[in-house]
Amino acid sequence: MSKVFKRIYTYNFLLPAAIVYTVVFIVPTVMSFFFSLTRWTLFDWTFIGLDNFKTFFQEPSLSIGFKNTLIYAAVTCAAKVVGGLLLGVFLTSKIRTKDYLRSVVFFPVLVSTIAVGIAFSMMMHPTTGLFNTALAHLGIEGPDWLGDTKLALLSVAAVDVWKGIGLATVIYIAGILAIPEEYSEALQIDGGSSWHKFWNITVPLSRPATNAVIILSFIGGLRSFDLIWAMTRGGPGFATDVIASIIYKQYQGGFYGLATAGNVILFLFVTAIVYPLSRYLTRNEVDL
Amino acid sequence: MSKPRKFLAVLSSVMLLTGLLAACGGGSSDKESSSSPSASGSASPSASSASPSASASASSEPQEKVKLTLLVDNNQDTVVYSKALVDAFQAKYPNITIETETRPTGSEGDNFVKTRLSTGDMNDVFFYNSGSLMQALNPEQNMMDLTNEPFQANVIDSFKPTVSFNGKIYGAPVGSTMGGGWFYNKKIYAQLGLSVPKTWAELMENNKKIKAAGITAMIGSYKDTWTSQLIVLADYFNVQAQMPNFAADYTGNKAKYATTPAALRGFQKLEETVGYYNKDFLATTYDAGLKMLAEGKGAHYPMLTFAVPALVQNNPDKMDDIGFFAQPGDSADQNGLTVWMPGGAYIYKNTEHPEEAKKFVEFVASTEGVSVMSKVSKPSGPYAVKGAALPDDTPQVVKDMLPYFDNNQTAPALEFLSPVKGPSLEQITVEVGSGKRKAAAAAELYDQDVKKQAQQLGLSGW
Repeated sequence: MSKVFKRIYTYNFLLPAAIVYTVVFIVPTVMSFFFSLTRWTLFDWTFIGLDNFKTFFQEPSLSIGFKNTLIYAAVTCAAKVVGGLLLGVFLTSKIRTKDYLRSVVFFPVLVSTIAVGIAFSMMMHPTTGLFNTALAHLGIEGPDWLGDTKLALLSVAAVDVWKGIGLATVIYIAGILAIPEEYSEALQIDGGSSWHKFWNITVPLSRPATNAVIILSFIGGLRSFDLIWAMTRGGPGFATDVIASIIYKQYQGGFYGLATAGNVILFLFVTAIVYPLSRYLTRNEVDL
Repeated sequence: MSKPRKFLAVLSSVMLLTGLLAACGGGSSDKESSSSPSASGSASPSASSASPSASASASSEPQEKVKLTLLVDNNQDTVVYSKALVDAFQAKYPNITIETETRPTGSEGDNFVKTRLSTGDMNDVFFYNSGSLMQALNPEQNMMDLTNEPFQANVIDSFKPTVSFNGKIYGAPVGSTMGGGWFYNKKIYAQLGLSVPKTWAELMENNKKIKAAGITAMIGSYKDTWTSQLIVLADYFNVQAQMPNFAADYTGNKAKYATTPAALRGFQKLEETVGYYNKDFLATTYDAGLKMLAEGKGAHYPMLTFAVPALVQNNPDKMDDIGFFAQPGDSADQNGLTVWMPGGAYIYKNTEHPEEAKKFVEFVASTEGVSVMSKVSKPSGPYAVKGAALPDDTPQVVKDMLPYFDNNQTAPALEFLSPVKGPSLEQITVEVGSGKRKAAAAAELYDQDVKKQAQQLGLSGW
């Protein structure tokens, strides 16, 4: 009796958090699963079964969307891992202005994504933009960064990396600083070079930081929307559409059920990729 | 754990719980009150209790102060003429004050209006698009029936179907009509000795000559993707001239863009313009496009005449250089203009002051209201109110449209005749205009897009 009471009593402490979690996360999730099976306006709804999913998968730009989403996520993720690691090593080395440089690298993270998008799309204007004007002075005819269908997605990805690399760097700085000094002392005694230090100590032992950066930036890349919308709106045509922008266009068109179905698909898609990825990465982590 | 702490823990969780429940309860009861009028028509308690008192006060004590609220979009021009209308109306009816509220334009604005309506929080009077967008607002549940209002006699007949639903009229026109066609730079035309084309072939011939002279033949402003649709949409006069029943067949899923040669022609025309645009057309905005037109950096700009107020405001000294013609068809004797209807003024069904709201809408749709508007905002075409003449200082580019109206050579744009308009048209036309997709494939893709919209609206036959 007292044992049962004790258990209930301890559960009471979980109750507030559980209620908040249920109301704010579980209920909307379940509701969106339900509404994805309906055709709803803000005024009423009709149950139509799986028709929304059928229509969504027939969306002509969807295959471009899935491909672009994966390319975008992979490119930004890879660039953030490599760039973040290099910057992290650089900013933990014995340079004088490292505090100042750290804030410079972190600064873009703090700026509004929409503002960054608008600013860069002006700089990437093919005739009057900063980039191509500068290239013209060097005698090079710059490309149409956002108008060329082959280049547009990569241009946006580059801006995403510029904006997001500060966070990856900070994570790496924390990871690198957590590596005990003894390892590099041992390396020095053995006469290792700084390349050995980087490759045999820093890279393997900042593995937890790498995993965090990979997971965070990959999820961010799969769900990315705001920067793409601010810079290209999925265009020209459908060339830079990602799943999230396709969903937003359905919502804009007033197809709320279809947009909800798209979100459910995106949710499952991200989960199906990230869950195994994160399981795999954490299993291979090593203790310091 | 000591007693007081345990007590505190229980108390705090109870408080949190009740707070949450109260929040939920509030939310759901809100929903009920908003959905009940839609479910039971006008039997909503708030409407039935409010309207008798309002009408009583209007008849017996006209001096009682009444405050109305008005929702308009935040387009600069709209804000200016709404203020003029409200000021003039308040001067005429001192007992009524109107508070104006603005909302975003575009699809954000559409969702804003839908949210307001569905939560029962709509302003007494609101200005909103006519045509297909208005059809999406569930007029029967949300708007007051204005079919039998005496002021409908002032409204031109071709406007009424664009604000009607199931045979009832729900709105009155706000502002002027506009034409969809081609702006051109008269200086360039004079310089190269060109004349206004009457057929599509002549137009393309002009384009060729302009390009050969080293001038940008056509202005593309595809950064604002909606501007890319103009050639397809403005071709509707030519579609209707050949297929008078196209709109009805199209709504009923009996005619398709891809399989109707007259309709497909719009996409083909757009395809023929590939290569005539300014080099940076994918990065050019609508505002930049207007500037290019006014400064003579491009010869043609397919656009709606609603651009006129902006042109006048930014380039008053260049207005004489700009002319306008309707998008020509393939034969010279079928030459006419596709017309966009003005937006409507609507009254929220559950307004507490229906009589005063009607007075305001009546004022908006009167020649008096139109003359108030025309003082602050340049018309983009003839008004939709009978007897409302264009002011004398109307720019020539708008007067260029008058012959089409006088000779009865106009047709409303398809979006005013059919509730069906696919949302991806602008992306598709960007692809066609930039040479990435062929006309036939584009029309097929658009037909698929349209199907989605028709299903969403619950139209029969899809």
